[in-house]
Amino acid sequence: MNRIDKRFASLKAQGKTALIPYITAGDPAPEHTVGFMHALVESGADIIELGVPFSDPMADGPVIQKACERALAHGTRLTHLFEMVQDFRQTDTKTPVVLMGYLNPIERMGYQRFAEQAAAAGVDGVLIVDMPPEEADEIGPLMKSSGLAAIFLVAPTTSEARAATICGHGEGYLYYVSLKGVTGAATLDVDAVDRQLEPLRRLTDLPLCVGFGIRDGATAAAVGRIADGVVVGSALVNRIAEGADSPASIAPALKAVLSEMRQALDA
Amino acid sequence: MTKFSDLTRLPDARGHFGPYGGRFVSETLSFALEDLEKTYMALRDDPDFQAEFDYDLAHYVGRPSPLYHAERWSKQLGGAQIWLKREDLNHTGAHKVNNTIGQALLAKKGGKPRVIAETGAGQHGVATATVAARLGLKCEIYMGAEDVERQKLNVYRMHLLGAKVIPVESGSRTLKDAMNEALRDWVTNVDDTFYIIGTVAGPHPYPMLVRDFNAVVGREARRQSLEQIGRLPDALIACVGGGSNAMGLFYPFVEDDEVKMYGVEAGGDGVETGRHAAPLTANAPQGVLHGNRTYLMSDEGGQIADTHSISAGLDYPGVGPEHALWKDVGRVEYVAANDDKVLEAFRELTRMEGIMPALESAHAIAHAKVLAPTMRPDQHIIVNLSGRGDKDILTVARIDGVHF
Repeated sequence: MNRIDKRFASLKAQGKTALIPYITAGDPAPEHTVGFMHALVESGADIIELGVPFSDPMADGPVIQKACERALAHGTRLTHLFEMVQDFRQTDTKTPVVLMGYLNPIERMGYQRFAEQAAAAGVDGVLIVDMPPEEADEIGPLMKSSGLAAIFLVAPTTSEARAATICGHGEGYLYYVSLKGVTGAATLDVDAVDRQLEPLRRLTDLPLCVGFGIRDGATAAAVGRIADGVVVGSALVNRIAEGADSPASIAPALKAVLSEMRQALDA
Repeated sequence: MTKFSDLTRLPDARGHFGPYGGRFVSETLSFALEDLEKTYMALRDDPDFQAEFDYDLAHYVGRPSPLYHAERWSKQLGGAQIWLKREDLNHTGAHKVNNTIGQALLAKKGGKPRVIAETGAGQHGVATATVAARLGLKCEIYMGAEDVERQKLNVYRMHLLGAKVIPVESGSRTLKDAMNEALRDWVTNVDDTFYIIGTVAGPHPYPMLVRDFNAVVGREARRQSLEQIGRLPDALIACVGGGSNAMGLFYPFVEDDEVKMYGVEAGGDGVETGRHAAPLTANAPQGVLHGNRTYLMSDEGGQIADTHSISAGLDYPGVGPEHALWKDVGRVEYVAANDDKVLEAFRELTRMEGIMPALESAHAIAHAKVLAPTMRPDQHIIVNLSGRGDKDILTVARIDGVHF
């Protein structure tokens, strides 16, 4: 059983909702990332999504676009992410780490090399935003044989037939995109999300995690009541942006945001 | 080796051209693309739809465009006869309108009240704003901030046509960034918005449908060649950014093995300097951007490279997936023309024939200058004059040190 499945099994046993923070690796500079990951775990993260910076993040709003730019200004690339995860694993062998990003950096590295090195570094799952399951027939088996979970997105526009296909390919958890838009977009409609999760539950036993639009304890708690996990990205990356000139201030700021969400979810 | 006759049966059901193409998009857009594919596949063989499209091309665009024998210039070059396919004479001044007419009809059939587009030189933006005005559709155009500066005339033209031009400040502030922003808009407004992509790139079915709408160029040229020359031409030349005008000219000739084809990319300062926009000529590695796999200029870490070209319309790091396959199977030879040669060609055609080409099209003209003298006077080359140069007058004036 990989770390993601173990983590969800244990959360289920405790009746808890997964809290899944996202940060872009290398933002504001590569030397801070591992420290941030530990800080996130200390303040209640169950799984960490580590963003792979990309020059053309088409599905992201301005907040994560700028995070990518800061990370790339320091030359952050996939091989550095592997080093970061390896470093993180020195002291944390339990918290699952999921890489999230776009296909081109992986394509350029080569699928085989990517899958082997990611797994060897201690990565547990991979979510490639611009790779739907239909295009995953080459990388999918390589990830599977390396023990990496292939995590896919489901959107409000996903038809039931497509959802069935995605559920058939998905591993680890399903990432439900709560709204039509880019990351960091406007507020989400919890009732609408609830209605859309319902048919998915009939299609799969995979945990359903909801992202996009979760900004504070209140929204986290509202979504937490209907989902198995909540993903928070831009709200954290905003804190990193604010502290970019004084990096020492960032970890406490991240902890404050995440702790509030943890308390709200557990209340 | 792939038989060239097989090349007319692509893409496959999943939108692949051999290893290229595909539908690499975030999940939110999958539905809209499936929907567009369904709409288009139902209409492409529908006689009423084709009749409507043909009527607009004839009476609104002014087709067929002439095939003009550039006699004086041919004589000066002292080799093959050069024929110009005059897409510059279309309404709005470029081949781009063939595609926007077609896609606007699809938008109308799909009941979408709003259209968006990306644009580089502004020709596709103008062509989109034009058809939107005619159909009463709300229209917003994404354009890199650097291109807004380079192409002020087209920006104001779009404004006059009732479109809103949104300057894109992210990334390299050129065409690829405009496309990123258009995709972000589409993912947000997918319910009421049709995205009119301007080239044979993007996720399936765009490369196919943009090709089909532009193939009128090659069908006409083939017929005109038989009528005016009495046989098929020996060679075709067209510039390639995303590659829609080249695709439009080449596609109907793809099975004519005796017709050589040359796609001319933007050499910028020279392919060897790294400052160019010529992924095929430079043998850029395979990559995925904007929904399709293709030859793509990126660094070792997979970050998209900055591109350089005198022409905003060719300033793009990738290329249509069907061109990528045609390079691999050897159907088309891809070469590059550098900025200085392009400018020279721009001036030469203007002075010799009284025809001012767009800087994009001047890439094809520049290669004709190289190719024609290597051929005999009884041989024939068709060059796609994909757009007119009025929009580039300010750019050329600036290079000449003249400021208005």
